[in-house]
Amino acid sequence: MRTLFNKVLVEAARKDRRIFLVLADIGYGEVEPFMEAFPDRFYNVGVAEQNMAGVACGLALEGNIPVMYTINNFVFVRCLEQIRNDICYHQANVKIVIVGGGLHYGALGMSHHSREDIAVMRSLPHMVLVSPCDKAEAEQAVYAMLEHQGPFCFRCGRKGEPDVHKGPIQFRFGKAIRVREGRDLTFLFTGTIGSEVVAAADVLERDGVRCRVVSVHTVKPIDQEAIVAAAEETGGIVTVEEHNLNGGFGSAVAEVLCDAGVRPKRFLRLGLPDRYDSLVGGHRWLLDQYGLTAPKIAESARRLLG
Amino acid sequence: MSDTASDWKVECRRLANRIRAHCLRMTHHGKGGHVGSMLSMAEILAVLYTRILRVDPRNPRWPERDRFILSKGHGGGAVYAVLAERGFFPMEWLDTYYKDGGKLMGHINHKVPGVEFSTGSLGHGLPVAVGMALSAKVRGEKHRVFCLMSDGDVDEGSTYEAIMFAAQKKLDNLIAIFDYNKIQAMGHTRDVLDLEPLTPRLEACRWAVREIDGHDVEAIDNALQNVPIAAGKPSWITAHTVKGKGVSFMENTVSCHYGYVDREHLEKALKEVESAP
Repeated sequence: MRTLFNKVLVEAARKDRRIFLVLADIGYGEVEPFMEAFPDRFYNVGVAEQNMAGVACGLALEGNIPVMYTINNFVFVRCLEQIRNDICYHQANVKIVIVGGGLHYGALGMSHHSREDIAVMRSLPHMVLVSPCDKAEAEQAVYAMLEHQGPFCFRCGRKGEPDVHKGPIQFRFGKAIRVREGRDLTFLFTGTIGSEVVAAADVLERDGVRCRVVSVHTVKPIDQEAIVAAAEETGGIVTVEEHNLNGGFGSAVAEVLCDAGVRPKRFLRLGLPDRYDSLVGGHRWLLDQYGLTAPKIAESARRLLG
Repeated sequence: MSDTASDWKVECRRLANRIRAHCLRMTHHGKGGHVGSMLSMAEILAVLYTRILRVDPRNPRWPERDRFILSKGHGGGAVYAVLAERGFFPMEWLDTYYKDGGKLMGHINHKVPGVEFSTGSLGHGLPVAVGMALSAKVRGEKHRVFCLMSDGDVDEGSTYEAIMFAAQKKLDNLIAIFDYNKIQAMGHTRDVLDLEPLTPRLEACRWAVREIDGHDVEAIDNALQNVPIAAGKPSWITAHTVKGKGVSFMENTVSCHYGYVDREHLEKALKEVESAP
């Protein structure tokens, strides 16, 4: 997904001279086409994330569209105060790209995982957050990001994500996409965990359980209508996210339901637990440890349905 | 020296004294602190806003304006005072400083006409100023970017990140002014986190540096009229100042960072600043 992201960004930057790319020394092997095509709009500030965010803010306040791009937590934890005070408070038109959102950088360890970003970003006023599940969504999300006026967080995958959507999609910022239809249960997911969710729905279908699967690519502002419809029209809701359960996507869904006074027949949140582990392994292996691979998601859903 | 040439100095000193009086009244009536930090930069602001910055009070967002970022946002009261003096907004707004439903919050705020950027957490001003200066270079725009910083600002790691990057990109349209009053929130800077030797450190980071007396309007004017100090380098002007300057019982005291000016002290302080030359 990050390769596609960079390809689309270069195409967009060819047409729009306001687009800048601002890095903190991460992006090797991915950002070179931008660097070569637009050397005067490409800035690697060095390993200095606070300055990256401040410089991006200064560029944005002068009418440019800077894209801050680096791995996971480096782009939003180290420089959170700059994102809060400088970017969000001034509603600066800065784009924040979290590369590898979730556990994509598996065996690199805890320092390189991003499992708090949804909670943090959605608590920031004026920030919006899009977390595409596959290349089809990601391509459209890049354009949505560049069209949006104001702070925008793009939770990007890493590489080799399977396609969730089998054909062309109607991508609209803030509107969830129904991936498949079913009445027994709804899976609401965000991000690249989507392929596991779709595979889980396949497993359940073989047992005669038909699930609605919805990609909630825009986590903020969230599609309230799609969430309420899932509660009212199907046998329950399972949220799936590659993120901490505390304050994340499932929490956002629960907030919508409580605020709307709608109680789903069943409700379950799947995600990462409230502890830091020291498990060593690749992305998919880690997902499996946390019950986030297709067979385990299907098993959790079966237990919920009783 | 002609009369005209010396008039501006008198005017600048008077403006600095009026800034001080405004700050004393505002912090007294608003029951706010940080007055010592405001008093130390009165001459710097007076010179900037009458002699240096290309700004238009009738059109605060004029695209060709010079950008001025106050990184020491806690001293915002002094910038509000000079902006009111220059006619960016009505003088009465100063009476609403810190007040419920008022126009002016304690730390400097970009919703106020003439204020470029909100700060309040130290170490934020210079990186943003660097981004603005970089934008001007890339787009071939001629305005300059000024950033006024405090002792505490120069403690922050983010400031050093910006120092290195500004030199790397040869941003000679960027001017950092350091209001070096040598006292920070909890003590004397040399005791808390000694910044010295500062000039050689900055020069080693490829900045061009000048040191001046930050209360001498002629010295301030001379330094700021002659930027960049060196072509291809960002400029750093260390203005040696006195915290609480102009009020004898505040000068060089740690307590004037947070301390509130009560009625008795307000009157004494006003007498001093209003009778100053």
